Amino acid sequence: MDFSVAFNAARESLPYMLGGVGWTAGLIIGAMLLGLTLGVPLAVTQVYGPRPLRRMVAVYVWLFRGIPILVQLYIFYFGLLAWLSSLPGLTGIGLDSPFTAAVASLGLTSSAYQSQIFRGAIQSLPAGQLKAARALGMTDAQAIRSIILPQALRLAIPAWSNEYSILLKDSALAFTIGVVEIMARMRSIASTTHEPVSMSFVAGIIFFALTWIGVKGLTLLENKVRIAGYTRQGAV
Amino acid sequence: MSEATPILEARSLVKILGGNRVLENVSLDIGRGRVKVLIGPSGAGKSTLLQCLNFLIPPDSGHILLEGREVEKTSKRELCAFRQQVGMIFQDFNLFDHLSALENVRVALMKVKGMSKLEATERAVAELKRVGLADKATLYPANLSGGQKQRVAIARALAMDPKVMLLDEPTSALDPELIGEVLTVIRDLAQAGMTMILATHQISFSASLADEFIFMERGRIVEQGSPADLLARGAQSRTQAFCSKISELTGESGQSGQSGESGQSGESGQSGESGKAGAERRL
Ligand SMILES: Nc1ncnc2c1ncn2[C@@H]1O[C@H](COP(=O)(O)OP(=O)(O)O)[C@@H](O)[C@H]1O
Ligand SMILES: [Mg+2]
Repeated sequence: MDFSVAFNAARESLPYMLGGVGWTAGLIIGAMLLGLTLGVPLAVTQVYGPRPLRRMVAVYVWLFRGIPILVQLYIFYFGLLAWLSSLPGLTGIGLDSPFTAAVASLGLTSSAYQSQIFRGAIQSLPAGQLKAARALGMTDAQAIRSIILPQALRLAIPAWSNEYSILLKDSALAFTIGVVEIMARMRSIASTTHEPVSMSFVAGIIFFALTWIGVKGLTLLENKVRIAGYTRQGAV
Repeated sequence: MSEATPILEARSLVKILGGNRVLENVSLDIGRGRVKVLIGPSGAGKSTLLQCLNFLIPPDSGHILLEGREVEKTSKRELCAFRQQVGMIFQDFNLFDHLSALENVRVALMKVKGMSKLEATERAVAELKRVGLADKATLYPANLSGGQKQRVAIARALAMDPKVMLLDEPTSALDPELIGEVLTVIRDLAQAGMTMILATHQISFSASLADEFIFMERGRIVEQGSPADLLARGAQSRTQAFCSKISELTGESGQSGQSGESGQSGESGQSGESGKAGAERRL
């Protein structure tokens, strides 16, 4: 392998590869947020909900953790979302786009994992916190909102940032249904330039940089919301 | 006490936990401005009783009445309204760890009582001042001493304007040198006319304060009466036997950090004056 040829190929590919960053970022942000929005209520239900609902959450978690993302991508893209977008009123709003299908499968899978992160954090809080809130006359909903979740979410940030780096890598699977993110671009440019090694090197660096930025950002967030003298109790 | 309806009344409370009858048909009531002290060995059911009184632990059977009206425990709304009127102090404080002292006192005023932030802040500051912690308002629980945490917890409960306070061994988790500051606050409360049910092992202190001692053992109320009667020399009461055992145990450790006087006379705590003197020394 001629090093300078490889290097030039890599340099020339950079703008095109970086064009995938927007798609990758969109996938992760969409999936993290979908996972958060579903994961928190799932966790609360699993800890405080009535037994039948707790069971349903357990089944949900088990299901999404059990089905590979690759399989889900196909189910959502070729099956579920294709069918949904054929329904009257749901056509033409992008439900059948590869991006939507990828965010759905990555986000739902992440919601299953995130719910377990939050559940662990909630359960690590001393039982006295909820008791004290109830003793003051708070409803359970008030206690969960003002007392339990503010503490649990803080405790969950380190595990949450771990979930971010996992999602970032999972998002590379979205190329299989045609999202033109970093991985998809790497494959196409590698086949046209016949420089698979240097292209994978570039992709690797971009993924690594995105991981670093995200994890760094979440560490900053963790420090920003840290409470004086409040140490994590090995929650997560 | 017969002159008026009791503020709080419990009728025939039964609680079974893990197959144990932790409360066996316990009844008690307390009139306005009264102080009743629960004593008894560890595992007697004091904590369970106190938490049944505000349904933190739902009793398996029995009734709770607030000012003569039965609390309908199946109504969540009524339960929340009832708990607002019953202050609770825990052995391990249970301050909200993510909130400053001020926010701890303020949060329920805003969320439960619907006060504006300004109004709630004013009230919270006043309550912190009352327990001598105005200057600690911005500190988080992790940066407060145990005695300060318990005083914040008391301020937090008082801010809700409770009709009665339940205190579950409020000084048991404290280092000996921090007990006094909390007892001072509790005594001030009693003198201000607060109705209280207090579980404690601080015999001499509570003898100086209590209208009635309630001695519990194995989930039952075994004896009750004025501290003077139960602790009188030759009373032959279970209470007295228990209390002299405690004072033997705490006579050395509990009093060692104090003024150096022999703890025995104060602790075996006859009643009235000598009991008060014992309490004074602790403070
Ligand atoms: N969740 C529980 N399951 C089984 N037994 C319990 C439970 N909680 C308390 N107990 C038992 O109930 C009894 C009374 O406990 P408690 O009310 O804490 O006593 P006290 O406060 O007087 O020390 C003890 O014997 C304790 O072991
Ligand atoms: Mg107890």
